[in-house]
Amino acid sequence: MDGRTDVRKMIQDNISHKANRVDAVMPKFLLVMASMSVLTTVGIVLTLFFDAFKFFRQVPLSEVFSTDLAPLSADPSFGILPLINGTIFTSLIAMMVAVPIGLAAAVYLSQFASFNKRKVLKPMLELLAGVPTIVYGFFAYSFVTPLLMRLIPSLGSKNVISPGIVMGIMIIPMVASLSEDAMNAVPDAMREGALGLGSTRFEVAVKVVLPAAISGIVASFVLAISRAIGETMIVTIASGSNKNFSFDITQSMQTMTSYIVEFTSGDAGAGTTGYYSLYAVGLILFVFTLLMNLLAQYISKKYREVY
Amino acid sequence: MRQDTNNLPDVVYDVRGLNLWYGETHALKDVNLQILKNHVTAIIGPSGCGKSTFIKTLNRMIENVPGVRTSGEILYHGRDIFDKDLRVEELRTKVGMVFQKPNPFPKSIYENVLYGPKIHGIKNKQLLMEILETSLKASALWDEVKDRLDDNAYGLSGGQQQRLCIARCLAVQPDIILMDEPTSALDPIATSRIEELINRLKKDYTIAIVTHSMQQAARISDRTAYFLLGELVEYDYTERIFSNPRDQRTEDYITGRFG
Ligand SMILES: Nc1ncnc2c1ncn2[C@@H]1O[C@H](COP(=O)(O)OP(=O)(O)O)[C@@H](O)[C@H]1O
Ligand SMILES: [Mg+2]
Repeated sequence: MDGRTDVRKMIQDNISHKANRVDAVMPKFLLVMASMSVLTTVGIVLTLFFDAFKFFRQVPLSEVFSTDLAPLSADPSFGILPLINGTIFTSLIAMMVAVPIGLAAAVYLSQFASFNKRKVLKPMLELLAGVPTIVYGFFAYSFVTPLLMRLIPSLGSKNVISPGIVMGIMIIPMVASLSEDAMNAVPDAMREGALGLGSTRFEVAVKVVLPAAISGIVASFVLAISRAIGETMIVTIASGSNKNFSFDITQSMQTMTSYIVEFTSGDAGAGTTGYYSLYAVGLILFVFTLLMNLLAQYISKKYREVY
Repeated sequence: MRQDTNNLPDVVYDVRGLNLWYGETHALKDVNLQILKNHVTAIIGPSGCGKSTFIKTLNRMIENVPGVRTSGEILYHGRDIFDKDLRVEELRTKVGMVFQKPNPFPKSIYENVLYGPKIHGIKNKQLLMEILETSLKASALWDEVKDRLDDNAYGLSGGQQQRLCIARCLAVQPDIILMDEPTSALDPIATSRIEELINRLKKDYTIAIVTHSMQQAARISDRTAYFLLGELVEYDYTERIFSNPRDQRTEDYITGRFG
């Protein structure tokens, strides 16, 4: 008998007997799984909105956007500006550390490092991203702050500089790695074009590759800022909970995130204004980071170089 | 250096016993050849014979490939380009290069042409504008772009982009221009415009051009070098190569019995 006919018949038989049930059910099951994360997000946003709404009904906007924050006093006041202030300062300091170092690392890795150096350095850099933030917080409080105190004797044991710096160190890998990807995406033909005109490798990096990759680089900055804004542990540990509105970065300031930590770990009775204020702060934080992410997307679309 | 006594043209490049290896691959084998001033030298040969390798060695662009080794000498106006004291950036400002695929920078037409002069320290605005106009005119692009110098170079057609790359190269006033199959990515009309351009440029420049098209070599070059498997098989006046080659292998190639 002809073996080929045999196989063909077996395949035909198997196909006609194959149960269709799995194929019918599987996509639905996958859809449910995929919807799970979307639904969770929607749920979170709704909770935030509803409870934040209750807060805004109880507290006039003029108070919300004041510099007066005293949630636990007999006559409580819920001005959010000190928290926004604290968040902006810690994030700014973080960016001042992360942008130059991250960018320099990216330029080095993508334009100068030999294959072997890159193979060693890149994973090491990315290791930084895997350190738990609580460790960074502890590092800021028990190592960086005392170190800085030698330089700045008036530095408070809780302050903004130290967690800012450490948070910057934490987001270096993010800036470096995303910027490097953007620079690696620039075609070699462009580097050759510049080298052929007598550019040094550094000129090629700065005058040709960086501008060509700028959208990806800026997007990495924006994502890094949003990471810094949302970072919690480091600032809770090292920058403290001072609710005064000030610009003195040598002293403690509270950020939006550490306010939420302070309140949820204390006993804010459900239903009190203080309890709802958590949701209001959470909502503002959410809007901040959402805007940053949208901005990042916008930038990478708008300034994407065509080549 | 001019050898007026014999009425011989100046030698721009004198390649002596050049060998090149990519790791274990012996890509150029004992190449000896002179590139003459104000001549168009065509480099032909089947794919993979080492044409690009050869031309990229002339401005040491080949060094960007890891694991490349060379031996022999390449004298550029009498000076060995592999000399330790020679700055490769300096060499490359005198030796321009045009690539197979147009590779303008993702910048304006203006910035593309003036990239070279600017990184080499020319700041005078008026002088820069002069360079811009001269280079674009010399590359026969001026009329097409003079009203949109601030537009991104990627808005130009492929042929215009290639002429822009030539303008970018002319803007640093090189002495010789190396071209690696500059028309292989272009349509016939754009190709003939580039060929016309090369014909005009040879008055002021020396040109070495790799081409996969024998007709192109015949149309535009004064001398032709035929490479095969990393060897320079024959190098002579273009007419001689095409009418009366000395080597059987050259004859096979130009009569189409090969490659
Ligand atoms: N980067 C490289 N690494 C290793 N071998 C290469 C490389 N580039 C070219 N070669 C080899 O060198 C030879 C010549 O290549 P090339 O100069 O590109 O030829 P052509 O331009 O004439 O087509 C070929 O055998 C090719 O495989
Ligand atoms: Mg080639």
